Amino acid sequence: MIRALVTGFVMHFKMLARGGFELSIVTFWPAVYATLGYYIYRAGQEPASLFYVSLGSTMMAMWSTTAFACGGAIQRQRWLGTLELMVAAPIPFIAVLIPITVASTAIGIYAFATTVVFGRVVYGVPITVAHPLMFAISIPVAILAIGALGLLMASVLVLYRYAGSLASATEYPVWLICGLLVPLSLLPSWSRPISWVLAPTWGINALRSAAFDGPTLRYIGLCLLATAAYSAVAIGFIAYFERLARERATLSLT
Amino acid sequence: MTTLLDTGTGQPPQSAQLNFVRVFVVGGAYAYRALFAWANPYVYVPIMLVQPIFQILFFAYLGRAAHIENDSFFVIGNAIQAISTATLFGMLFTLDGERYAQTLSSILATPANRVALFLGRSLPVMLNGMIVGTWSLVIGSLILGTTIPASAIAPLVLTVVVAVFSSAGCGFVIGSLSLRYRNGLVLANTLSAFLLLCTGANIPRDSLPEVLRVIGDCLPLTHAIHAARDLVAGSSLRDVSALLTTELAIGLAYALAGFILLRYFEQLGRRKAAFDTA
Repeated sequence: MIRALVTGFVMHFKMLARGGFELSIVTFWPAVYATLGYYIYRAGQEPASLFYVSLGSTMMAMWSTTAFACGGAIQRQRWLGTLELMVAAPIPFIAVLIPITVASTAIGIYAFATTVVFGRVVYGVPITVAHPLMFAISIPVAILAIGALGLLMASVLVLYRYAGSLASATEYPVWLICGLLVPLSLLPSWSRPISWVLAPTWGINALRSAAFDGPTLRYIGLCLLATAAYSAVAIGFIAYFERLARERATLSLT
Repeated sequence: MTTLLDTGTGQPPQSAQLNFVRVFVVGGAYAYRALFAWANPYVYVPIMLVQPIFQILFFAYLGRAAHIENDSFFVIGNAIQAISTATLFGMLFTLDGERYAQTLSSILATPANRVALFLGRSLPVMLNGMIVGTWSLVIGSLILGTTIPASAIAPLVLTVVVAVFSSAGCGFVIGSLSLRYRNGLVLANTLSAFLLLCTGANIPRDSLPEVLRVIGDCLPLTHAIHAARDLVAGSSLRDVSALLTTELAIGLAYALAGFILLRYFEQLGRRKAAFDTA
């Protein structure tokens, strides 16, 4: 099981790292988001630190790759004709899905590198982190939490033929509701509970708290809690849908 | 007695003009139905109708956070910018999709008039762009409570039409390039990033550095966004006619460049006996 998880993660990470489209999302787009955020904040009366914006841009790119990859994860296997083989394999199907979703989020590490280098080289912004150790811990914890949310999404959409387009449409809503560039206090109060159940909210809070001297441990804990909750629900969904698909012979949706 | 123009079907020979119209209208409609068969409501609604609205909301709230401009600025900027999703990517798939379906060689082997062939295919794409732009403008305004003066509605429709045309022209260039280069999607994606950055959809153009402003001047949508904002602010169609003329000229220049590239790659493909080498 562990071997399948590790091998799957390494393989999917390598595949994503060689895809032109995925690489453009995690290297070029974060710089675009950072530039947009920087100029919008600079043009207004509420100047924000570029590092604040950069962290938000990184998280935006992480969610983009996760939504894109996880929404289409099962559909792609369906097109390739490998879905039945994977479900029929003796290893639990969830062990096949976890590496795909976590690797999709982990590729966002490129986004982080891009925004840091971009901010430094283009805008000369000093990168000051109040708690470097907490910051270093926050990155993988946030990746795990967002990856787990992607896993949940993939498991819910397993029998939905148009999962990819639905998942792609979640980009802007998640960026907005999770407060990646816009403070949550500006959003209507009814949106708060939605942001609380979405991992990017806690992921960005963990990173920003570590960078700007906030209660990082609390947010790391919430990320881990979210990871556990998403994983538990995803495992349940996958087991249910897998049984349903086997009973009805509808795995291929043809 | 048979003539050189006899079709052998007992039907009178078609005039060149009639054939042009047939290829343009019927061919364009059939091609769109075939190439975009996957774009059913389950795909169309989330991507074309829901996403632009959330894009408007995201940037409007970002603007509120930064205390920059008003909601109307972001509704108009992003509604016009949303046209690019339908037209840039639509034109890309119109051309690249033929290669994907392995029908490109057959199409380029036909004697059909190339202008009729590809302009006909672009019409449904442009119609879709109009739907997306109008929808985004109306729903974005309703959600954020921004008002559009009644006197501005007709000129705004014209502005959307011009914006759709110029964006589709630019998409034609990308589509033509995708006949030879593999990553048309990455190219379109990159261009849409520059549209977000440089057209003034979200950042006031006077806040942009000179280089981004110059790039914006050469991109589609920049002048249309400016014109649309002026119209909502009370300007007349005459006031914005120079902006719309510039936008139209940019669209024509892109469309012409796309057509030249298409012919060049077609000839190259014939010479090298390879239409699908990318």
